[in-house]
Amino acid sequence: MSKLIKEDIDKFFIGQFEAFENSLNGESKKPLHAKRKQAIDNFKALGFPHAKHEEYKYSNIAKIFGKLFNVENLSDDSFSLSLDEASKYFIPELDAIRLVFVNGVLDNKLSDMDTLPKGVHIQAIKTAADDYAEDFEKHFNTHEIEGADNFSELNTAFTNGGIFVKIDANAVVETPIACYYFNDAKNADVISQPRNLVIAEKNSQASLIESYVTLGENTSFTNAVTEIVVEDDSIFNYYKYQNESNQAIQVGATMVHQLGKSVFNGVTLSLNGAMLRNNLNIAIHKEHSETNMYGLYLLDGKTHVDNHTVVDHKVPNCESNEMYKGILDGQSRGIFNGKIFVRQDAQKTNAFQSNRNVVLSDDAEVDTKPQLEIWADDVQCSHGCTVGQLDTDQLFYLRARGIDKQTAKSMLLNAFASDVLSNIKIEAFRTLIENKINERL
Amino acid sequence: MLSIKNLHASIEGKEILKGINLEVKPGEVHAIMGPNGSGKSTLASVLAGREDYEVSSGEISFNGKDLLELEADERAKEGVFLAFQYPIEIPGVTTTNFMKTALNKIREHKGLEPLDAVSFLGMMKEKMKLVEIDQALLSRSLNEGFSGGEKKRNEIFQMAMLEPTLSILDETDSGLDIDALRIVANGVNKLKNDDNATIVVTHYQRLLDYIVPDFVHVLFNGKIVKTGGKELAHELEAKGYDWIKEEASIA
Repeated sequence: MSKLIKEDIDKFFIGQFEAFENSLNGESKKPLHAKRKQAIDNFKALGFPHAKHEEYKYSNIAKIFGKLFNVENLSDDSFSLSLDEASKYFIPELDAIRLVFVNGVLDNKLSDMDTLPKGVHIQAIKTAADDYAEDFEKHFNTHEIEGADNFSELNTAFTNGGIFVKIDANAVVETPIACYYFNDAKNADVISQPRNLVIAEKNSQASLIESYVTLGENTSFTNAVTEIVVEDDSIFNYYKYQNESNQAIQVGATMVHQLGKSVFNGVTLSLNGAMLRNNLNIAIHKEHSETNMYGLYLLDGKTHVDNHTVVDHKVPNCESNEMYKGILDGQSRGIFNGKIFVRQDAQKTNAFQSNRNVVLSDDAEVDTKPQLEIWADDVQCSHGCTVGQLDTDQLFYLRARGIDKQTAKSMLLNAFASDVLSNIKIEAFRTLIENKINERL
Repeated sequence: MLSIKNLHASIEGKEILKGINLEVKPGEVHAIMGPNGSGKSTLASVLAGREDYEVSSGEISFNGKDLLELEADERAKEGVFLAFQYPIEIPGVTTTNFMKTALNKIREHKGLEPLDAVSFLGMMKEKMKLVEIDQALLSRSLNEGFSGGEKKRNEIFQMAMLEPTLSILDETDSGLDIDALRIVANGVNKLKNDDNATIVVTHYQRLLDYIVPDFVHVLFNGKIVKTGGKELAHELEAKGYDWIKEEASIA
């Protein structure tokens, strides 16, 4: 297998699209397909993002894809995952609406959505384009957002196996929706491009977890997009969890449209993978909204994690808080790029951002870049980033009380991570993450 | 219990301790006094096992063990306790969790079972009274946002919890008002018995009115230049350290 260069990759995906289009039969006349075609045209213009794109300077997805991915040995989607095997990766003790995806396609047999709570609608995105035509027309890929890029276009072009979720007005859904994305890389390389649309109607409350797993030793490439529309007076909690295989390449965009006066809380947890790129793009469209973004990346080996976040304050009197923390060991690499836009109309904005990193080895690397673009003049914005090692005074203090070095390190790192973890409001999920951290430390 | 022989120690190539000799027996209280920069805090840090200091020569034996061979946590497990001059703040670690971990590590070393939650809480309550520390403080992050007095009381609380055989109080009086000083000293005195020993490092004599030493050593320029009884502390209080410096330079 020879390494692919960018042009090969572009050609490959365009070829994939043609094959996909041919498989659609009667669907190709539908409005959804018009959106797909528009997206592939947009994609063609610039193709696969590579290192010359400023936003992918540190995360050369094209290069790693070209190096790891074998397009001649592509999974034929015939994979069947048993519930037994899948359940090993479910969050223990979690009572959830369970949605299982295999290679980017919702698997009804593995999912548990027979009895949905009142006010919750979930179905495959393909059929929802017909059944919820009005919602679809209004919200699917219609809201422009800062941070969207050609990976998002590519995903839109392949919209097929994802889900549509609608939380009805006034519904308070206490059971979280847990999406488990499995890639089968046991016998072949695999591409999955799940595309989801979530609508949280007025005065609703709900939580969504997205967890990614690659099975097997071959390469997986995930290019995921989840769009979340948050309407007036609703509260939406979003969790992303990545404990991927060493051969997993992932680009995931979460696009949050806070169309109404609302609260959005996002927590991104990255533990393992080859290269993981998270684009969290949030646009605040209505006054008195609140946005909270938390992230923890706990990395070792050669894992590369890149968190790009954008919060776009379009209107006055809103508040955003962002806190990302990294613990890096081995030859891992962490990238944080946090953009905050405060538009001219967005007076009285409060926007806070921090990125703190603890580097445990000589070979780990952190690149952190806050980017604030402020056009309004009456705002409070702050940002800060730190990269350091474990505090030797703190370590000595613990050790001077009889606590061995390993335990002391673990205590300090847990303490460091704790103010991110305390924002995981689902107890079973928080316990799982705490256990994973303790195993690692 | 503790025997220090001809101890030399340096930091970043600069020699601070230049031949310390000290013998401490069970039940004794030793005060180490001296002007700023004489090496008092260095001695305390070296005893506790701070890695920033390099011991170039000399011996420290503690209950028959070579202390210099032990890591900081192993020394603590053997019964050495340093009350820090500047206790460290650790956000995200509560005092309670910290003490539970430390206590159980020390118990494990002694071959004892970990303390169950009820016994641990009972022990905490009892020791809290000793230094009049509030329970709410202990459920907060370790030393974070504590006043100077609260930090020092927390040190003595930890000492009470861990029941060391050798306690080294490094300028525990600095920054304490007289009320807090009495509370701290009272705590230390209650913990004293025939089997443990205390080294009080201080610049001033005042603390020694409350924690009465059996021996007073004057440290100057990295060496103990004078040793006496508690009356030596009064003499230093009255006359300052200049006469010591003169004596030392003549010698």
